Amino acid sequence: VDIFLQQLVNGLTLGAVYAIVALGYTMVYGIIQLINFAHGEVVMIGAMVAFTVINVLAAAGLPPVAVVLIGTACAVPVCMAVGYGMERMAYRPLRSAPRLAPLITAIGVSIILQHLAMLIWSRNVMAFPQIIPLTTFTVAGATITGVQIAILCLCFAMMGGLALLVYRTRLGTAMRATAQNPQVARLMGVDVNRVIAATFLIGAALGAVAGVMVGTYYGIAQYTMGSVLGLKAFAAAVLGGIGNIPGAMVGGLVLGVVEALGAGYIGDLTDLCRYGLGPASACADGGHFILFGSNYQDVFAFVVLILVLVFRPSGLLGERVGDRA
Amino acid sequence: MKNPKIALTLVAAAIGLIGCGKEEPKKPAAVEQPAPPPSIEIKIGHVGPLTGGIAHLGKDNENGARLSVEEANAAKIKIDGKDAKFTLVAEDDQADPKVGTTVAQKLADAKVAGVVGHLNSGTSIPASDIYNKAGIPVISGSATNPKLTEQGFKVQFRVVARDDQQGPAVANYLAATKKPKLVAVIDDATAYGEGLANEVEKSLKAANIKVLPREKGTDKTTDWKAVLTKVKGRNADAVFYGGMDATGGPLLKQARELGVKAVFSFGDGACTDEMPKLAGAAADGLLCSQAGLPPQAADKKFLEAYKKKFNVDPIIYAPFTYDAANLLIEAMKKANSADPAKYLPELAKIDYKGATGRIAFDDKGDRKDAEITIFTMKGGKLEPIAIVKGGQTVSYEDFLKASAPAPAAEAPKPAAEAPKAEPAKDAPKAEEAKK
Repeated sequence: VDIFLQQLVNGLTLGAVYAIVALGYTMVYGIIQLINFAHGEVVMIGAMVAFTVINVLAAAGLPPVAVVLIGTACAVPVCMAVGYGMERMAYRPLRSAPRLAPLITAIGVSIILQHLAMLIWSRNVMAFPQIIPLTTFTVAGATITGVQIAILCLCFAMMGGLALLVYRTRLGTAMRATAQNPQVARLMGVDVNRVIAATFLIGAALGAVAGVMVGTYYGIAQYTMGSVLGLKAFAAAVLGGIGNIPGAMVGGLVLGVVEALGAGYIGDLTDLCRYGLGPASACADGGHFILFGSNYQDVFAFVVLILVLVFRPSGLLGERVGDRA
Repeated sequence: MKNPKIALTLVAAAIGLIGCGKEEPKKPAAVEQPAPPPSIEIKIGHVGPLTGGIAHLGKDNENGARLSVEEANAAKIKIDGKDAKFTLVAEDDQADPKVGTTVAQKLADAKVAGVVGHLNSGTSIPASDIYNKAGIPVISGSATNPKLTEQGFKVQFRVVARDDQQGPAVANYLAATKKPKLVAVIDDATAYGEGLANEVEKSLKAANIKVLPREKGTDKTTDWKAVLTKVKGRNADAVFYGGMDATGGPLLKQARELGVKAVFSFGDGACTDEMPKLAGAAADGLLCSQAGLPPQAADKKFLEAYKKKFNVDPIIYAPFTYDAANLLIEAMKKANSADPAKYLPELAKIDYKGATGRIAFDDKGDRKDAEITIFTMKGGKLEPIAIVKGGQTVSYEDFLKASAPAPAAEAPKPAAEAPKAEPAKDAPKAEEAKK
């Protein structure tokens, strides 16, 4: 049971990060029906900027918490600038174009950002300086680290904050109005362009924090880290129902847990020797013949995505985009 | 009057330029010409990842080969009566098998006389086919997968030990010193990682140690928690990982975060100074093996020249790529030709004293009596603790003592570095291993 619990804890941490990234996808989709494939790269840029700052500051010998906070504080504005810049330059001119055009543009922006990062930070893996002391807590046999707790708390705080913003503020009301019908929202005096830009800014800021968290969690960052993370977060957004903010949160958490449990148990479940199917040579005296090992971990996100699209195309909590009859 | 003059001059200049342009490509082909021009350009290729997660190792390899080429130029070697001018054509394979074959073809098209590389087994194996078809001798200074030299290619050589020598060495050392009851073997699903992990598993099973079903990641995996949680749940008391440092570092770090107490052991890909950067304090106490001798046990003259030229110490395989390039040059000298078909037989039967000791090849192209060194990490530094050679484990200290007088007779160079090298502190452990 404690193994199960441990996998659950790992999955929840990962899922919380997916959820934060997925929010960036879902908010933008909810408002302009654009799948912003460049969002994963925003997360990557957040991690890279933060790592650069953190590496410099760590050498200066500041306390670790301050170092990470300053690193994050530097990453957020950079990512917001990137998010705003791509909306302004790449997506706004295509606002009235067929929907395929901005989608292809998003893929293009993603490639450009990834290669820009490669030019700036090189292809090498950046290591997170070893400044955070390892503190672990054991809860019912599962080990949880201080960093994991911080990530979980921060993720839930950000989700709560975002929910407050969307459902309790004027900007949130304007965002929801724009999502329902941009024309009518404009007639009601909502500055649609400003609202869309604000959406990109918020999404990018969340992405930056997610980037720092994922980088701190694994201790490394590289220019390619955004693509798979972005795709998984996108899968999480679809899983929860794209355009649906609580859906992205639920989708992210579910996906993280499914991935962790899947990677943890697939090897045992596909061990053909357990079912007496494996070749006798491999199965002799307690041997194993494993069909799919834990390296299939990354596949789970996409298997789940396919299953959801087949059986529940609108996602777990349903798509919530403007009704355009 | 002036204008026609200028025009004439221009025409003359143009003819001159065209003439030059036409003559130039003939120079490399000068080998066949009966009348020898004063010099001959010999291109030696080097391939390794110069970008990506293990770019630091690729650069290290390239530096070794570059040093050899520059020394050869300084020595004013004459081949076939002509002044040989060696140039190093350095290519980047990004540690990617697909890119590896592309650059191999590029080197074959550029008609290089020989190749040093590639760094990874995964890139070396597909590329070796291309070199074989082009008839270009290729010596790897770091690819350890046995398959590389098992393909029957006459042009393929290597100057490091193979995984089926390295795997048993690290597995037996682990078994003898740490006496684990249950070992988890993990690999990164690459030709190198999986091959090495297979060898380790075989040796552990032969020593009657239980091995958990293989766990796998990829060469890009950053999240090892699911795998490690399983390992923790099964209470394995040792872990072996076949993979590179960019994935091995996070693996080790996450293991300690999960409270996995097992001893971690790695192959040469994760036996680098990057490990403490990637894994932090968790790196201390790891065991790992490197094919060949530690860089600090290499020839002192080489170490000084390397440090002087590149202002850093070699990381791992630079002494081997240095030797590999030297072997190509030496064989060319012996055959008195840079034509691969002519010097290849000389290379196959060479007996050479390099920076890493005596080098001779068996009929597969593997180095005879290759050494393997076992390291441990102490305070963020890799320390050699034992040398495995021909199935015998000797502590590093004893090895230096034993090798000091012997090479003094045959070659005075390795003896000189012996007092300078760090003495091993784990000597008792290594002696235990001998049993």
